[in-house]
Amino acid sequence: MTTTTHETQIIADADVPLVRIIREFDAPPEKVFRAHTDPELIARWQGPRRHEMRIEHYDCRTGGSYRYLHVSDGNEFGFHGCFHEVRPAELIVQTFTYEGFPDGVALERIVFEDVGDGHTRLTATSLVDTFEGRDAFVASGMEEGVREGYERLDELLAG
Amino acid sequence: MAADSLSRVFSALADPTRRDMVARLTVGDATVNELAEPYDVTVQAVSKHLKVLEDAGLVSRSRQAQRRPVHLEAEVFDLMTKWIERYRRQAEERYRRLDDVLRSMPDDSKPIPPHKGAPR
Repeated sequence: MTTTTHETQIIADADVPLVRIIREFDAPPEKVFRAHTDPELIARWQGPRRHEMRIEHYDCRTGGSYRYLHVSDGNEFGFHGCFHEVRPAELIVQTFTYEGFPDGVALERIVFEDVGDGHTRLTATSLVDTFEGRDAFVASGMEEGVREGYERLDELLAG
Repeated sequence: MAADSLSRVFSALADPTRRDMVARLTVGDATVNELAEPYDVTVQAVSKHLKVLEDAGLVSRSRQAQRRPVHLEAEVFDLMTKWIERYRRQAEERYRRLDDVLRSMPDDSKPIPPHKGAPR
């Protein structure tokens, strides 16, 4: 049994406000897909480490929707979206909105690709409507020091 | 705006020629002519690329010296790389948890007999 650790690859496109993540898994597409659709499994890996992920509903099929909360120190952060196209072991197209900024929406596309030997290449693309949104999206992925990071960059660019 | 600054750095580095120029500048300062040498482009084209890098805060040009050498603002460059790297690492952490979840799941390749009353 292979226990290879695969590298996560990130692409931040310059022409289109998107972020793409590519990663391989030592499991067939059916399994990786199930880990993306079964709420119990999702809660075990998807939330940020220090947050509890509370799934309200997660109906991952074409026309379905989801809502979940990240809970941390009594603060709740809500997220919701709908599933536009779901094809088992192949594709999930969904929207994603952080409820703290309800006008914003990202379009996400997750492709499960069979690369043989029971392995899967996962390509997750998030497209937002502005570059500022994309960069905020990248920044929001960081747990700490984001503001400091921005401030530092501001200082550097101003200097 | 900070987010806008980051965007400029992103797009400045998206062009392969500009990435090349930045790579060249990590070795040391260079004049526009020196930077233009390896490419089949005009000095004007190189100046345009430099303007984009300059606007993004990635390079600066000395006002005093006659040759006006181009200098890489390594700190801005490192910070940008670090940001992407932190985002990547966060995704990596998440996917390592997914690795564990996948390992704990029953094997799909074995046909599972239909099971009445099983959850879901």
